[in-house]
Amino acid sequence: MSDNSYKTPQTTARYSATFDEYTMSEIRRAAATGIYDIRGGGAKRKLPHFDDLLFLGASVSRYPLEGYREKCGTDVVLGTRYAKKPIYLKTVITIAGMSFGALSGPAKEALGRGATAVGTSTTTGDGGMTPEERGQSKTLVYQYLPSRYGMNPDDLRKADAIEVVIGQGAKPGGGGMLLGQKISARVAKMRCLPEGIDQRSSCRHPDWTGPDDLEIKINEIREITDWEKPIYVKIGATRPYFDVALAVKAGADVVVLDGMQGGTAATQEVFIEHVGLPILAAIRPAVKALQDLGVYRNGKDSVQLIVSGGIRNGADVAKAIALGADAVAIGTAALIALGDNDPHLEAEYNKLGTTAGAYDDWHEGKDPAGITTQDPELMQRVDPVKAGHRLANYIAVMTMEAQVVARACGKSHLHNLEPEDLVALTIEASAMAQVPLAGTSWIPGVTQF
Amino acid sequence: MDNISFDLDKKPLREVNQLLHGDAAGLNGKSFTIENPNGAHSIAVGLKSDVHVTIKGHAGYYAAGMNQIAKVTIEGSAGSGVAENMMSGVVHVKGFASNAAGATANGGLLIIDGDAGLRCAIALKGADIVVGGSVGSFSAFMAQAGNFVILGDAGEGLGDSIYEAKIFVRGKVKSLGADCEVKTMDAESKKILTDLLAKSGHVDVKPESFTQYGSARTLYHFHVDNAGAY
Repeated sequence: MSDNSYKTPQTTARYSATFDEYTMSEIRRAAATGIYDIRGGGAKRKLPHFDDLLFLGASVSRYPLEGYREKCGTDVVLGTRYAKKPIYLKTVITIAGMSFGALSGPAKEALGRGATAVGTSTTTGDGGMTPEERGQSKTLVYQYLPSRYGMNPDDLRKADAIEVVIGQGAKPGGGGMLLGQKISARVAKMRCLPEGIDQRSSCRHPDWTGPDDLEIKINEIREITDWEKPIYVKIGATRPYFDVALAVKAGADVVVLDGMQGGTAATQEVFIEHVGLPILAAIRPAVKALQDLGVYRNGKDSVQLIVSGGIRNGADVAKAIALGADAVAIGTAALIALGDNDPHLEAEYNKLGTTAGAYDDWHEGKDPAGITTQDPELMQRVDPVKAGHRLANYIAVMTMEAQVVARACGKSHLHNLEPEDLVALTIEASAMAQVPLAGTSWIPGVTQF
Repeated sequence: MDNISFDLDKKPLREVNQLLHGDAAGLNGKSFTIENPNGAHSIAVGLKSDVHVTIKGHAGYYAAGMNQIAKVTIEGSAGSGVAENMMSGVVHVKGFASNAAGATANGGLLIIDGDAGLRCAIALKGADIVVGGSVGSFSAFMAQAGNFVILGDAGEGLGDSIYEAKIFVRGKVKSLGADCEVKTMDAESKKILTDLLAKSGHVDVKPESFTQYGSARTLYHFHVDNAGAY
């Protein structure tokens, strides 16, 4: 007997995991335009990160500290090795380098105000130092970049520390990029460029090559500034053990290590997502280099380590410190605190073909939040006082959160956190952070299963 | 004019530089001589007052780096990055200069009597540079502003990705970099060249014997058609 009403079932529509919706849209975009995609921000793909780690709070074997009563220090001194005037910060959370040009003047001022309110530092970027930024930043780190846009010795002397930028986590091995929409008259003048051009920054410094030259370069900067200021060396996370060792050898007071989650104002999507290491994989090799050279938390001879790239909350701060960092830096998170990608601007993000939380065309200069733009009307949307206050609140919350975790682990200072306070939820994170897989004593590559 | 002499065999460079960084009111108009430089790095860097420093011999890397106002004369050759990021003043190298001479210099005048190495005037930002001899490859790479005069020859890739700087070459150019082209020398450029030749002690050299180079401005904006140039 046949059942004429029966139809052969069809399978449901199935999308390819390899050719997913985003991948296909990028193929279509590339085919239509003939040029690679450029965007701002850091890696968006899911990466092994601090979420893959957990703290082991105190119990019978460890003794906790009383929350709200017993002291848990959060301060840090940077630049003890050679500088006559090291920097003292009240919190281990600093503001990463972001340029005037990439960011609007009011946004830079807000960063300075927020950082100053909580006793931490902020950092210039490609394009030089503005008077507003210097004026509102009690402690200002001046970046010394391959392009040397806006670089002048008067500003060098005004800085509290100098950061020699070799690379950054979003694009290690790549130079900067600022497209014409953001090369306003003021930005062009500061960078000595024609107004409205698509600016290309160098990926290498113009007057030195290699670590031996870097040592001579650092010495020159010290001589110009009479050995007063700490010299940082910033690297994108790629070969952290060797790069940190060479930075130390070249005479760095502080090494800044930036993972691939760290943001950029603009570069190629392929660069952001496919070059460099997640910060989780970079911290332990960096610390090992400092230890092997005898400069890790060794009194005046110490070289401090600042890590950045995807720091979002106090738990991330505490985990980075526990893995061996002396301080952390935030960039993307600081912009969100100022108002970047805020849902109340959803209608305006929609007009740009995106949605709040996903907007990353920072290079186009149309940021509805007024942060990643040089548009004189849009930038007025940033109130530097209010935005700075939000940033200060956010850093204060993160600092307190880190203290909560540290006290629970029985630590009277954030710097007393250690890898032994941590376990990993995944084998990957265990191997990268070199802490045991939760519930075991196994660290892949270090101990036997 | 007062003249104070330092002997680097006897006095640490740190002390010499520190003294040269002193209060401008106390330093202006003074002359200093540095004996036995012996190729030391960072001699007379970060000067910011109206002094004349004469280095009696060869200097290492970054001599007169970031100079402001001062005049520095090197009676010998200079290592990499001489007068790098100079803002103003005059730096005169009587011998040869190594790589990256005048890199990113914003203002002032750098005179090199002999040859200069690779990447001379790289990322030049407004200073004037006159080289009596020849320059190495990749000179004036991404030069943004300023004037670069070469009495001898230039190596490969001259003016690659140049912005608005002007290059004048009297001899042969091995090759031009991307977006660098021959320009017709107008009256304003000829005057700039004539003045620089006079200031650098080449009064007898005719400006007509130079060819001017500058940006074709085809790479100022990213475009798929330019992909082959990058």
